[in-house]
Amino acid sequence: MPDDRWQPKLDQYLDSELSAEEMRGMDAHLRECPSCSGDALRRMQLKRATRLAGQRYTPSAEFRRRIERQVAAKRRPARGWLWMPALAMAAVVLLVATVTVGRWYERSRSEQLLAELADIHVADLASPTPVDVVSTDRHTVKPWFQGKLPFTFDLPELQATGYTLVGGRVAYLQHEPGAHLLYDVGAHHISVFIFRDRPEIERAFPARDSTSRMLSFHVESWAKGGLRYFVFGDASPEAIQGLSRLLKQAGA
Amino acid sequence: MPLFDSLYNFAHWLTQNREEAEDLVQETYAKALKGFGSFQPGTNFRAWIFRILRNTFLTSRTGLAATRTVPLETEDEEQTVAVSRETPESILLEQAGQQQVQAALEQVPVIFREVLLLCDVEEMSYQEIADTLGVPIGTVMSRLYRARKALRTALQEQDKMRETKHA
Repeated sequence: MPDDRWQPKLDQYLDSELSAEEMRGMDAHLRECPSCSGDALRRMQLKRATRLAGQRYTPSAEFRRRIERQVAAKRRPARGWLWMPALAMAAVVLLVATVTVGRWYERSRSEQLLAELADIHVADLASPTPVDVVSTDRHTVKPWFQGKLPFTFDLPELQATGYTLVGGRVAYLQHEPGAHLLYDVGAHHISVFIFRDRPEIERAFPARDSTSRMLSFHVESWAKGGLRYFVFGDASPEAIQGLSRLLKQAGA
Repeated sequence: MPLFDSLYNFAHWLTQNREEAEDLVQETYAKALKGFGSFQPGTNFRAWIFRILRNTFLTSRTGLAATRTVPLETEDEEQTVAVSRETPESILLEQAGQQQVQAALEQVPVIFREVLLLCDVEEMSYQEIADTLGVPIGTVMSRLYRARKALRTALQEQDKMRETKHA
């Protein structure tokens, strides 16, 4: 049975509208309540489907030019210097707005990518077969991806590190294939995603290395050798960083 | 131009017509440029320009017709805490393609569609949506709750129609 205290707040949780304390409380509850976590997963799928379906209409190039001309004509001064202070003020405000919007777009793009990865991570863990190649041996898992991905990668030796390789499968981020590797540390599952570092991803993550949080998951991300790595999970930040270090040392 | 693509997408979803969407965006930019003095630096530019677009839509013939048909009498904050017991698993979202979700979104009344688009596509916070729509946050939450319910229902109906067709 869903919990009447937490279940009504699921939408606010997925919309990141709960307080930090409530977010932590919901995280803890979802780990213990299969009914609410299943409900949260379905709501997240609906939210994601709405986001993808909602990005439907694109303005034509001709219409874009028409509006640009309209904006340019309005900006043109009619009486020379009399308009200068107002124009200067408008330019400053537009600049601030453009920078703000630009930053928002950047953040929005990265949040969108991380939300997609969160969906894959949660959906795969909820699946009866979270991985397609099941092996703790990196020399079994890595070759399994041959012919399935347009790139290759190195995996670290994990002996005496506390991490265990569970296996892997092919994942898709914005329709591009990549590797999804699953690791265990203690009772936690950590996903490692490896994709080609395309321009859209570079724009979303302009910094070479980044640390962030998405729906209370900890995320480490970096780019190297034309590949983009994401280490993703509900383990502690130290555990996520530890696995990231091992991957980087492995030539990642 | 800031937000041009987002404004056009939003306008097209509201009007469901390319030419009307273009007129709406054009009028929005004209009003924004004319009324730029009313924009207070430091406040939310995105909510400000989306509000212009949305208010322009509401006063258009299509907007008036679209909003006249939506019952809002049950809109109150209590809706947001109502416990949902519908069975979304029957929707089989994973089987519904993007076109099915788009068709379902088209079925949702415009007053709910707009709140879904602002929240899930534009990823606005509840406060930004409240500023854009000119309503309290409680109303935003209430509309979102009802909008998602309406979307699930539309998907379920599509699913039933597909099953009937294949039977």
